[in-house]
Amino acid sequence: MTLERHKYDVLVIGAGGAGLRAAVEAREAGLSVAIICKSLFGKAHTVMAEGGAAASMGNVNDNDNWMVHFRDTMRGGKFLNHYRMAELHAKEAPDRIWELETWGALFDRTKEGKISQRNFGGHEYPRLAHVGDRTGLELIRTMQQKIVQLQQADGREFGDMESKIKVFAECTITEILKENGKISGAYGYWRETGSEILFEAPAIVIATGGVGKTFKITSNSWEGTGDGHALALKAGANLVDMEFLQFHPTGMVWPPSVRGILVTESVRGEGGILTNNQGERFMFKYIPDVFKKQYADNEAEADRWYEDQDNNRRPPELLPRDEVARAINTEVKAGRGTEHGGVFLDVSKRIPAEVIKKRLPSMWHQFYELAGVDITKEAMEVGPTCHYVMGGVEVDPDSAAAIGVPGLFAAGEVAGGMHGSNRLGGNSLTDLLVFGRRAGAGAAAYVKSSGANPVSDAAIKSAADRLEAPFSRTGGENSYSLHAELQEVTHNLVGIIRTRSEIEEAIAKIADIRARSKNVAVAGGRKFNPGFHLAFDLDNMLLVAESTAKSALLREESRGGHTREDFPGMNSTWRQVNHISSFDGNQVNVKAQPLPIIPKELFDLFDVHELEKYMTPAEIAKGGSN
Amino acid sequence: MARKLNLRIWRGDSTDGGLKDVQVDVNEGEVVLDVIHRVQATQMGDLAVRWNCKAGKCGSCSMEINGKPRLACMTQVASFDENETITVTPLRAFPIIKDLVTDVSFNYKKAMEIPAYEHPKDLAPGAARMEQIDVERSQEFRKCIECFLCQDVCHVVRDHEENKKSFAGPRFFIRIAELDMHPLDTLKNRKRKAQEEHGLGMCNITKCCTEVCPEHIRITDNAIIPMKERVVDIKYDPARMFSAILKREKRD
Repeated sequence: MTLERHKYDVLVIGAGGAGLRAAVEAREAGLSVAIICKSLFGKAHTVMAEGGAAASMGNVNDNDNWMVHFRDTMRGGKFLNHYRMAELHAKEAPDRIWELETWGALFDRTKEGKISQRNFGGHEYPRLAHVGDRTGLELIRTMQQKIVQLQQADGREFGDMESKIKVFAECTITEILKENGKISGAYGYWRETGSEILFEAPAIVIATGGVGKTFKITSNSWEGTGDGHALALKAGANLVDMEFLQFHPTGMVWPPSVRGILVTESVRGEGGILTNNQGERFMFKYIPDVFKKQYADNEAEADRWYEDQDNNRRPPELLPRDEVARAINTEVKAGRGTEHGGVFLDVSKRIPAEVIKKRLPSMWHQFYELAGVDITKEAMEVGPTCHYVMGGVEVDPDSAAAIGVPGLFAAGEVAGGMHGSNRLGGNSLTDLLVFGRRAGAGAAAYVKSSGANPVSDAAIKSAADRLEAPFSRTGGENSYSLHAELQEVTHNLVGIIRTRSEIEEAIAKIADIRARSKNVAVAGGRKFNPGFHLAFDLDNMLLVAESTAKSALLREESRGGHTREDFPGMNSTWRQVNHISSFDGNQVNVKAQPLPIIPKELFDLFDVHELEKYMTPAEIAKGGSN
Repeated sequence: MARKLNLRIWRGDSTDGGLKDVQVDVNEGEVVLDVIHRVQATQMGDLAVRWNCKAGKCGSCSMEINGKPRLACMTQVASFDENETITVTPLRAFPIIKDLVTDVSFNYKKAMEIPAYEHPKDLAPGAARMEQIDVERSQEFRKCIECFLCQDVCHVVRDHEENKKSFAGPRFFIRIAELDMHPLDTLKNRKRKAQEEHGLGMCNITKCCTEVCPEHIRITDNAIIPMKERVVDIKYDPARMFSAILKREKRD
């Protein structure tokens, strides 16, 4: 059988927000682009983003600007963010949102007819452009339709709509190929038929999203298996800060079939309060010192904030996600949780039923149809769920180029650095627009200067052999049970709260599962066979889990999405360090690397007393890089 | 407490297939997709089923459950009688690939045939001003999760393969309506094209599409009927008909 081969200038792996934005940019730069998605086109996990896209347009409060947004992002990430990524993001986010409007997006409006913006955890002003609570869907559809628009233009010019930009749906990449140390293409299979496919392309944008399926309770779909993280590692790129996982504080906890599914933060932004089984509004007990200035310590002030935001501090329900997740975890562990191991989240007492249905329509449906709960009348039961990985491919902020692999680019959740140790809600939708665009532009510029880099037969053969292997084994391990085992290990031993002995145990167990995964056998044929698909996804998740566990072991402090029971405090010397994971062909190795030093002009955007909470006296004395 | 459920699953591909009976554990609160996954993990490792979000937001797990087009993730097992056998089959209007997975590429081809949004040339990014009430009409249609249940249930194509060529289907009628009602879109004649090129006239408003829509979009009432009415207004407007005759005479 002859191998199916395709040639493109740029290959985009992943068809979520970042991938589609990169594809648009590369095509508009005049290049040919292939978009690979594991699912059908338009089903990517971006559709699940509910709350909105953070951009300091200042439509609701004109005190907002990029500097305020930058400060909020750095605070949220506990200053472990790559300052340059946070800066680019804050500066460019408004343009990326307005651009979507020129492509047909219809955001909710203010009274003046501008794009409406809502409050969200960690954001000082109302900043999230939104469409009810289906903002992610609006982004995906808008870009999906933008791609159709580009295809229609190509159809008029070249007589074939798919001549310059083509979507390969239900296709999985198993290997990134290199020649002479540079990207040459990628190898994979069609999920439908199981037949193999080769892409030759000198530049690849990885935009594969997250790793949630590594964990037992997650808001991520089956696609979040860390494919891009693993592909990049194996291609010689680094992952940065893989110990940082965001556990979204409010996932559904009941019934079991929906455990983990997200309850948008907008529920709290719109006035939802958290209570324990004693009826206590417990978040007031959990305001860390660094946030005391911004958050109300009593109910009266917190309640007033919804009416008058200039003269009152914010309710503590709107603290950054890591703080709220830990607080809920603590309440439940102390026996103050609900019957099903969560806490109560209630909007029914504060907001009229009609307003709830209008502002939170999909939440109302989700609870009514999946859990039989009417959120306009009763409280929801919620608890933490693995939602987002802050860690990811180490990239150059301006071009999104992966460090160490010419021709490889990464954007969106799969890229690291932007969010530091904890991401603010709303920042991921603009992250994927800002850096998706930059990755597309970076890849286009690279291709124009470097030209083609043909794939060798040897590289093809080795990729093909690897794909065939699970079919030639009989009676080996079952990929479903190994996956379940891995999820137990990560959930129990490297979950929200970590400690040395447990992380060490996790590392040993992950190594054991990885050894056994080499014997995975697949039942049935190649045609649309989920068992076969999982065998390869599992391999990716194992590398991600190893990377997370090893990074978590090294970091002896608690910060953002990494909490060590044995090192409960945040430590300024640890803030100066990123953890870099690399793969030697056999195992993941993690080493410390100094964090880039923040330049003086960005340093000066902060009150020095605030910086003292995060930085060492020596750093403060230096006052930035200049 | 777990109980046993009798599940009947269509298994096979484009060449051959049939219903297979299985018994599977089911727990309180589970949806049909949960039990399908349990069958997959414990009894049929190669059972093909599409799914993504498992929260009714992505529209991937469309199938027919006891003959009705539905999302498996939004169908509670408890909504059936305890002793009832639940039968799951692939979408009937599309070619079968394997088991519960069908070839829905028809829909993506139709999507490419709908002329894209056209932004006013002189309106800079950020300069748009729209009233909430004006964007809401289109927003209703933009809630569509592209599960294609409406396409599957529509009798114009459900058992009439020959109609597919000239019929875009309810999903794309709401796409056209959405653009037609978009406060900024500048492309003219969308309604007329819906009638002439995308088969709007073949719809005889039985509202089956509206009934199966998991997003509760009022496809027939809010998109199809208003477009049909306005097409009729334009086509049979006596003044327009008269002026068209005059124009033709002048040309002669």
